[in-house]
Amino acid sequence: MSRQILLGDEAVALGAVHAGLSAAYSYPGTPASEILEHLVRRSAETKDFTAVWSVNEKTAYEEALGASFAGKRALVSFKHVGLNVAADPFMNSAITGANGGLVVVSADDPGMHSSQNEQDSRFYAQFAHIFAYEPSDHQEAYDMTREAYDLSERLEVPVLLRMVTRLSHSRSAVAVGPPRPQNPLRKGDPRDWILLPVNARRRFTRLLGLQAEMVRLSDGSRFNVLELGGDRSLGVIASGVAYNYFREAVAAEAAPPSFLKVSTYPVPEGLIRKLVAAVDSVLVLEDGYPFIERQIKGLFGVAGKTVRGKTDGALPASGELTPDIVRAALGRTPLPALAASGLPLAGRPPQLCAGCPHADTLKALNKALEDAAGANVFSDIGCYTLGALPPYSAVHTCVCMGASIGMARGAADVGLHPAVAVIGDSTFAHSGITPLLGAAVADTDMTVVILDNATTAMTGGQPTYGSGERLLRLIEGLGVPKERIRTIVPLPKHHDLNVRILREEIAHRGLSVVVAVRECVQEQRKKRS
Amino acid sequence: MKQDIILAGVGGQGILSIAYVIDNAALADGLVFKQAEVHGMAQRGGAVQSHMRLSDGSIWSDLIPKGEADMVLSVEPLEALRYLDYLRPDGVVVTGLTPYRNIPDYPEIDRVLEAVRRAPRAVVIDSERLAKEAGTVKAQNVVLLGAASPFLILKEDSLLATVGALFRPRGPAVLEANLKAFALGRSAALGL
Ligand code: SF4
Repeated sequence: MSRQILLGDEAVALGAVHAGLSAAYSYPGTPASEILEHLVRRSAETKDFTAVWSVNEKTAYEEALGASFAGKRALVSFKHVGLNVAADPFMNSAITGANGGLVVVSADDPGMHSSQNEQDSRFYAQFAHIFAYEPSDHQEAYDMTREAYDLSERLEVPVLLRMVTRLSHSRSAVAVGPPRPQNPLRKGDPRDWILLPVNARRRFTRLLGLQAEMVRLSDGSRFNVLELGGDRSLGVIASGVAYNYFREAVAAEAAPPSFLKVSTYPVPEGLIRKLVAAVDSVLVLEDGYPFIERQIKGLFGVAGKTVRGKTDGALPASGELTPDIVRAALGRTPLPALAASGLPLAGRPPQLCAGCPHADTLKALNKALEDAAGANVFSDIGCYTLGALPPYSAVHTCVCMGASIGMARGAADVGLHPAVAVIGDSTFAHSGITPLLGAAVADTDMTVVILDNATTAMTGGQPTYGSGERLLRLIEGLGVPKERIRTIVPLPKHHDLNVRILREEIAHRGLSVVVAVRECVQEQRKKRS
Repeated sequence: MKQDIILAGVGGQGILSIAYVIDNAALADGLVFKQAEVHGMAQRGGAVQSHMRLSDGSIWSDLIPKGEADMVLSVEPLEALRYLDYLRPDGVVVTGLTPYRNIPDYPEIDRVLEAVRRAPRAVVIDSERLAKEAGTVKAQNVVLLGAASPFLILKEDSLLATVGALFRPRGPAVLEANLKAFALGRSAALGL
């Protein structure tokens, strides 16, 4: 066994490779991007498996599902909200089942470090009736990913692995085992994979029939640890990184609380019953939503016991857990620390890079809309979302991938004018094409500004599908008239010209698309060095 | 034996390179480590921090609890101040003194440095001057790593070996400048 320094994300990637991975798909998104980045680098060297940045998460999921159908082991990974995009194939793949092992990695972002919500992917696993793992450290991230492939092939269903930002982006040494070979090609049985009602009912019944087995597996998992220790007044149930914070807080204590570490779902019901029966009160520690806590409490609670956690304010209901929050919830006094300086510390928020093309486009757009009191700029997910902050204050919405175009259309439909959508090239390819097709057919009175910086910049510069000539042909192909497709080069020296073009297209009472073409300066820099 | 360090600075100042060197030196010295870092949006000129934990036993949390850090190692003085309450009462602050002003409301630098120096053990280094002396102003992070090195539980040789491995691919001039930056930082801290 060798030891390697790996990010949590990379431990997952390597676990999949060593489990005999044949194909991996993903769309970039913090904190999951480093999984596929690692696999892309590795497959470029070894050439013995496929690793692809897909057009979006739904596509990625379907590609992985196809590889599984063909009998091979596949990985699909994304950030938590990516699973919303992939939810359709995800839910249905629980019904078809997996042929080759299929592992779905969803990386949650408690605290919303770089996300628009902090949804908890464990609910998705429950929703789909599939088994899920939640590692608490790097070694588990590696080991669980490997085991997840065995389980997926044994139960013939996809398995979910829930990561969180803290683990995804933490580095440590991992002991890795020998790799095993990939599966041979072996097609799935059409009767399982054609989800006509007659088949789907049978497959769903099978899935429901597996639930008791999944609970048994969870109860027997080596990753779930029950310790009925010296102190039986309190029993702690902790999952994922929250388990680490708990152990940290009581590391020096002679008689720490009894505890159960939960690392697999459906929850290990037998182990939970044992712990609850042995202690007077229970504290549930989990990063994300109170998933375990609500199941234990149900509507009526546990007779004769108090169960505490996020639902009763013992821990904050939102935000990321920290060792300090967990320590306080355990009633332990804070450690003596140096006092803060007392000086008011100016924040240092992220900002657009110096020379960023978005800055020039947003400045021109602000100028073009200066006299349009009723205007609204619907924006999207990307570096340009930072255009919401001063000095630009140029965009007014950011909801989800591709929302800008659909929202601008809806607003235009009910009379808002001017309605402007601002979307990057990668986000446009991800989910902007379909709403633009609808708007082109309707000739909606709105202006779509596509920022073509030739990359997926915010997540570190992954490839993009809808850039350059291909993007222009794509827009034309959707039915936008050629004379209503304008191109600008966002540079300070073109400011006046760009303002004029934007004004003309905003004034046009119908659909226009303005494409702002200039490469991300970070990408330019990478190519030079 | 254990040591907890908060690494701080602004995106682009080479915080993650310092972390890389410490990670690899820890592995070479047979220590266990965990290093939580910030990625994504925070890199665009925003504040960057990393929690670095070293131990010869086990490490539970990826994040350092408040009051547990032995050192705040910052490339920039305002960023050093942000994490003072993570330090144990006898913890040490190692920081460069040159402000990185990419925000409109950067406090007066004299007040910032005064607040840093109020920490019981503050090692304030003119890392910009020393890096230039070493041959490249980009090596400020390595100057500060050198300045922190006398306080680290890592062997100086292990740190130097990783600095070497990191910069050797960028050519002999870059390598030499960074090794010199490390040495200048180290002797500046020892001379204080
Ligand atoms: S990474 Fe590229 S697109 Fe993003 S802010 Fe920097 S220059 Fe602009």
